[in-house]
Amino acid sequence: MKVRSLLKRTLVPKALDEQLNAIEKPVGTLGYDPWGFNVDTNKIAVALFKPIFEKYFRVEVNGIENVPAEGPVLLIGNHSGQLPIDGTLIAYALATRKQNPRLPRAMIERFFPTVPYLGNILNQMGGVLGDPVNCSKMLARNEAVIVFPEGIRGSGKLYRDRYQLKRFGNGFMHLSMQHNAPVVPVGVVGCEETIPAIANIAPLAKMLGIPYVPVALPLILPAKVILNFGEPMSFPSEECQEEEVTRRVDKVKEQISILIDKGLQQREGLF
Amino acid sequence: MATPKNKSKPEIMITGAAGALAQQAIKRLREQYKIIAVDFREQVYLSDDIASYRIDVNKRGFEDIFRKHDIKAVVHLGRMIASEENRMRRYNSNVIGTHRLLDLCHKYHIGKVVILSTYHVYGANAYNPALIDESAPLKAAELTMDLIDSVELENLANIYLWRYPDLNITVLRPCNIVGPGVKNTISTLLSSQYTPVLAGFSPMMQFIHIDDMADAIALTVVKTKGGIYNVATDDWVAYQEALAASACRKIPIVSVPPVLPKMISSVLRLRSFPSYLINYFKYPVILDGTLFNTTFGFNPQYSLNEIFRYYRSMKT
Repeated sequence: MKVRSLLKRTLVPKALDEQLNAIEKPVGTLGYDPWGFNVDTNKIAVALFKPIFEKYFRVEVNGIENVPAEGPVLLIGNHSGQLPIDGTLIAYALATRKQNPRLPRAMIERFFPTVPYLGNILNQMGGVLGDPVNCSKMLARNEAVIVFPEGIRGSGKLYRDRYQLKRFGNGFMHLSMQHNAPVVPVGVVGCEETIPAIANIAPLAKMLGIPYVPVALPLILPAKVILNFGEPMSFPSEECQEEEVTRRVDKVKEQISILIDKGLQQREGLF
Repeated sequence: MATPKNKSKPEIMITGAAGALAQQAIKRLREQYKIIAVDFREQVYLSDDIASYRIDVNKRGFEDIFRKHDIKAVVHLGRMIASEENRMRRYNSNVIGTHRLLDLCHKYHIGKVVILSTYHVYGANAYNPALIDESAPLKAAELTMDLIDSVELENLANIYLWRYPDLNITVLRPCNIVGPGVKNTISTLLSSQYTPVLAGFSPMMQFIHIDDMADAIALTVVKTKGGIYNVATDDWVAYQEALAASACRKIPIVSVPPVLPKMISSVLRLRSFPSYLINYFKYPVILDGTLFNTTFGFNPQYSLNEIFRYYRSMKT
């Protein structure tokens, strides 16, 4: 804890500290929330991520004003890039937007909590175990939640499948309807090129108990990233058949696809 | 010790009366109730007006207490905790003993039964969501046979809850109870100078001060509202930060592969860091106490800082 205080004092500029303090966050007396989010660790992460966001990936953000200033909201994006860089970039963009910044929570893969150090650090930064109960409880507490409905199907896909949306789970739509939470579609362009993988060593992944082991360069390439946030989409909360839920999910998927195409057109080069 | 029936105040039996929590609960209830204190460990003297018995619930003579007194309510706090005795004795005391107690409660038309359970029943699992509510499955038995008695005790209480609604059974599942006099695992760890931690794991935890927990029990006795309730504060802290705030020096134990810390705990016979509780120092079990708070109007008073200040002060 002394280390964290020291890091915060050293790394977090006063202006950023004040900016993040202004964002209301339902934390307890020692700066934690029930999922392990920690105010100070989050500040350190934002400070460390600033040069990565601005200089390394030179992230271009469009339409971020579409994320409501308050209330429950689901940020639904396409997943890519082997590592959860896309979620972190979306979270940073929203935490540092000029008008009404928010600290969104990203649902993370279920295997992360079993990894020493990393699991706790991700939690402290704002990552939450990807469980529908967690998402539901957070929406009930008016949080903004980042969900990648493709899950590991998206993040683990190979370079040759880039920008092809995989199957979306329906869970997020049920939660959106249950909590009257609008869905803001996000098209992420660039993360596919950060760690291009040519193959997945599935047997090794199975042996290690992790989702995939990509055959890729052991470095993260500085691809230019474009984040396009779409208009919020609201869905009626009345119960309906699963077929209708799937149709609604497809509508979101379609919007994300449009936003990806838009990003690909905006991009002038890979790097 | 025989005591004439006192008609002025309703009589209430409190088991586990030698424990710190029971004594705090007695303090809060003695104005309104005539206390019958029971403990199998020792005969506790609390005051002249409190009847006290040293007896095991499983002994035949235990029923005589019901015969001698006109008991209206039973607060069953006399659980052997996981660090006490062996698995079989705990099972006999916690499950068979509670079974007998509930049978006697039914036989003697007791109108209110409060049973102290534990958050351990939910099990510490990597995939636990946070803010677990009362309807979540009890997965502790998946982890270890050593927690079977906790889960079985709850199953038993559930059976009596629906079979005999007149008993008005209230089961309380508190988070970590800590504070002066508490001798459970977590309180022992916070009191220690050197405390084991699993390297790379610092699960979120909740702590409730013994005085707040005693208030919760007293509220449950006074307001008859049967059911199962989590009792937890709306404040959270990572385990390792709780230790630092309590001035404990951390001793990291290798955490992977998972069998290693369990082996270390077993070989070194770490009583305060038992192998069957290892997962509770690895993965979080965070309770949603909203139902209890709203049903009983409960509002815990002690902050985490006040709780940890007590443990810090023990070391100076």
